Amino acid sequence: MTDKTNKTGPQMEERLYQNRYLVDEGNPHVTIHSQPGGDSAALKSLTEICPAGCYRTGEDGRVEVVPDGCMECGSCRILTQATGEIEWSYPRGGFGILFKFG
Amino acid sequence: MSDHFDAIVVGAGPSGNACAYVMAKAGLNVLQIDRGEYPGSKNVQGAILYADALERIIPDFRDDAPLERHVIEQRFWMLSEKSHTGAQYRSDEFNEERPNRYTILRAQFDKWFSRQVRAAGAVLITETTVKDLIKDDAGRVIGVITDREGGPIYANAVVLAEGVNGIVGQRAKLRPEIKANHVALAVKETLFLPEETVRERFNLAGEEDGVVIEVLGSVSSGMVGTGFLYTNKESISIGVGCLLSDFAETKIAPYALLDKFKQHPSVAPLLKGAEMKEYVAHLIPEGGYDAIPRLTGDGWLIVGDAGQFVNAVHREGSNLAMTSGRLAAETLIQLRAEGKPVTEATLKLYRDKLADSFVMKDLKKYRKVPRLLEGNRQFFTTYPAVVNKAMQMFLRVDGVDKASKEAAMMRGVAKARGGWWGVVTDIFKMARAWR
Repeated sequence: MTDKTNKTGPQMEERLYQNRYLVDEGNPHVTIHSQPGGDSAALKSLTEICPAGCYRTGEDGRVEVVPDGCMECGSCRILTQATGEIEWSYPRGGFGILFKFG
Repeated sequence: MSDHFDAIVVGAGPSGNACAYVMAKAGLNVLQIDRGEYPGSKNVQGAILYADALERIIPDFRDDAPLERHVIEQRFWMLSEKSHTGAQYRSDEFNEERPNRYTILRAQFDKWFSRQVRAAGAVLITETTVKDLIKDDAGRVIGVITDREGGPIYANAVVLAEGVNGIVGQRAKLRPEIKANHVALAVKETLFLPEETVRERFNLAGEEDGVVIEVLGSVSSGMVGTGFLYTNKESISIGVGCLLSDFAETKIAPYALLDKFKQHPSVAPLLKGAEMKEYVAHLIPEGGYDAIPRLTGDGWLIVGDAGQFVNAVHREGSNLAMTSGRLAAETLIQLRAEGKPVTEATLKLYRDKLADSFVMKDLKKYRKVPRLLEGNRQFFTTYPAVVNKAMQMFLRVDGVDKASKEAAMMRGVAKARGGWWGVVTDIFKMARAWR
């Protein structure tokens, strides 16, 4: 998880630490289908704007996703609908984030 | 469990709960399905509860619903980097027997609402995600497929109360995908403080009195968006939301925006020493009337955020959700009583009920506002900055005579918009969109 734009506030790990999750190990509910021509601007923007910091640029320069901290907002799904780079579904029933206060 | 119901409600937020409750109360055989561990565990809101919409469904909800504080004061702030100019309205008349607005914590409130739904007789299954809808050869929706074992479940009607990011309706091609400029991405933190501290900091006499602050200006860093701060009993909900399309374009991290808001000199003292216990993100429908998808079809109808029922100007949503859920329920009750099938044609009743209610009337009234704001960023940038600058000039005593100060202030306003014509045009545009 990256948090490079955030100089003064808490780091993402700290921020998400208070949240409750039941991670469906081995069944990520968000996956990237990398397109041959390189990542779209929309996909790249997610490394900056995903509110849970789930996206980062890997060593090969391509965008990667680790959706363990996902808050299931759907922003990435909507932003990449035109390019089809992301396959997004809700976690299996009972898994994913569990809001304490919502 | 029976495998055929009068209605299946997908989702257990305000719209789904309102719908399921009203139908179950009238004796319909209702199944409600939610993905969460318990209803509320997947749901996010600011959150303000508008009593009227709930009162029409559960008149005595105040007896045991988990309410935080009732709102006696509303503050509107125009924020610049170091200042805010505000208007506020506070009234002891809001301290009434049946208060009008409450702050709530949705995870707790929805859990309570769901208990009422089950007590009314609806069957609830949780930890279950609806994967798709089942259609017959004629394209009529006849049931749902879930990620649980046990096969399809059938019903005369499927109510999609699946929220703003609902994907069942889209997968079944009942509604188009949402556009990035029709939703705001909002992030929020719940910050805990002792109850007396909340009261002292917000000048509240009673344990149940509350304050709401809505914020415009530098809080959105040039994007179309707003910030908010709500007082709960022992916590403060603070958040900021801007159009998703704006976030994608500016690449500003939502949490960085929230941190900046929390550190603003007008805000930081209110939060001092608070302990953050949850950080959430959620989309808010902001497209208004023109973003509303098709709402009905053979065997299905849409309620709540899934139908884009949010009045972004007045920050109302949960009341539109509950009202649309109730009207959908009343429609299905009537159709059943009359022995009519649930079809696109007979569901005209639901569309008419919505059109006659404040839900559609208000959305229609502000139809032009979303596009106006998207195309006129000065309402979020220039004007709040100019107003704050003018206030500073007005209040600072520095030996300059008042007439010169006034002239400078007026020049500042005009200059910010390239002359008076720009200002007049803006006023005209806003007035026309508001009408």
